[in-house]
Amino acid sequence: MIKFMTRHPEKIYIPLLEHIELVFLTLIISVVIASVLTLICLQNERLSLWLQQLLGVVYSIPSLALFAILIPVTGLGRTTAVIALTAYNQYLLLRNFTTGLNEVDPAVTDAAKGIGMTWLQVLTKVQIPLAKRALFAGIRLAVVSTIGIGTIAASINAGGLGTLLFDGLRTMNMARILWGSMLSAGLAIVTNALLKAAEERL
Amino acid sequence: MWAKMLEYILTHRAALLAQIGTHLWISLAALAAAVLIGVPCGYLAANSPGTEKWISAPFHVLRVIPSLAILVLLIPVAGTGALPAVIALTILAVPPVLLNTIVGFRDVPPFMTESAAGMGMTDKEILWKVRIPLAMPMIFAGIRTALVEVIASAALAARIGAGGLGEVIFTGLGLNRMDLLLLGGVLVAALSLLCGGLFDALARSLMPYRNLARQQ
Repeated sequence: MIKFMTRHPEKIYIPLLEHIELVFLTLIISVVIASVLTLICLQNERLSLWLQQLLGVVYSIPSLALFAILIPVTGLGRTTAVIALTAYNQYLLLRNFTTGLNEVDPAVTDAAKGIGMTWLQVLTKVQIPLAKRALFAGIRLAVVSTIGIGTIAASINAGGLGTLLFDGLRTMNMARILWGSMLSAGLAIVTNALLKAAEERL
Repeated sequence: MWAKMLEYILTHRAALLAQIGTHLWISLAALAAAVLIGVPCGYLAANSPGTEKWISAPFHVLRVIPSLAILVLLIPVAGTGALPAVIALTILAVPPVLLNTIVGFRDVPPFMTESAAGMGMTDKEILWKVRIPLAMPMIFAGIRTALVEVIASAALAARIGAGGLGEVIFTGLGLNRMDLLLLGGVLVAALSLLCGGLFDALARSLMPYRNLARQQ
């Protein structure tokens, strides 16, 4: 295992960097889309319920199946992976965003409206600061789930740590299998711990 | 593409049915094992508040580890095939069941157990008639999460030689055949949604007294 690392360091750090890049890209796109959806959902309760149910159904589609269904449409590669991962994140993000914002004490938002704040001011100056922990928790869940599902994205040529795992499986190369699984598990655990620590300091 | 898909279904009907069967068998065996392990352990952990933190902490970590990593990591230990897949899937399914069992028992309001004791119920009656029914919705939510996760990961288990519908998808990937990809993807997705729906119906009929709390 050590030999593999010293001989082929690029076969370890390139998938790792690719993986982090994939997670970042997905996260940015997901948060933007989820924020827009959240704003829409806050206006319309029925639409919100309907959308959450739809996203729940999408979320319970196994990732390998979703990738397979998307390939005839968007082809192999990273685009498909990002689309699927973003779709999964919407469920986690939207649910946490809307419940977080809705759980702000109505007395506080009423008071804010009472002193003449506009709808936008209530949102940015009252609701978001009060709900920031719940919002951040949603992002943490999304990041961890993206890291996990991102390993499977290697099966559709999206790169990342999954390449180590799938290549290792094909050639029964234990060094690759161990590096791939330990790095992906380690990345998920460390990221989760770091984000949790950040969340508690908010 | 549709014609090719239909042709594949007709010519490989028996193989497809066998793959669906294997997929279900692996998933349900792992889920059953996870329930048998997770629920009693969760109950014991919930009863001893001191140790609860020590028991749930490692499972929270296990929950975070990517499923593919767990499946693959087990190969050096357990080898390839259906049984190692069941073991790996069980490891994946235990955390949601166990953690939800702990929360379910812990969140039974104390006034309920106290009034049950005040009415003269014995400890055994309180457990079976008050605490377990009240913890059930949470436990079922955990089992549902585990069910969806296990069916999804069982598709990956085809990669470690366990069979199941993942084979259709991986064959499609290998041969670059869109019809197989679509067929496998739709079948796995349908299986997952169908099992989730059936489970919801079961939960509703067993516990008409409370909506199944969605929990992840």
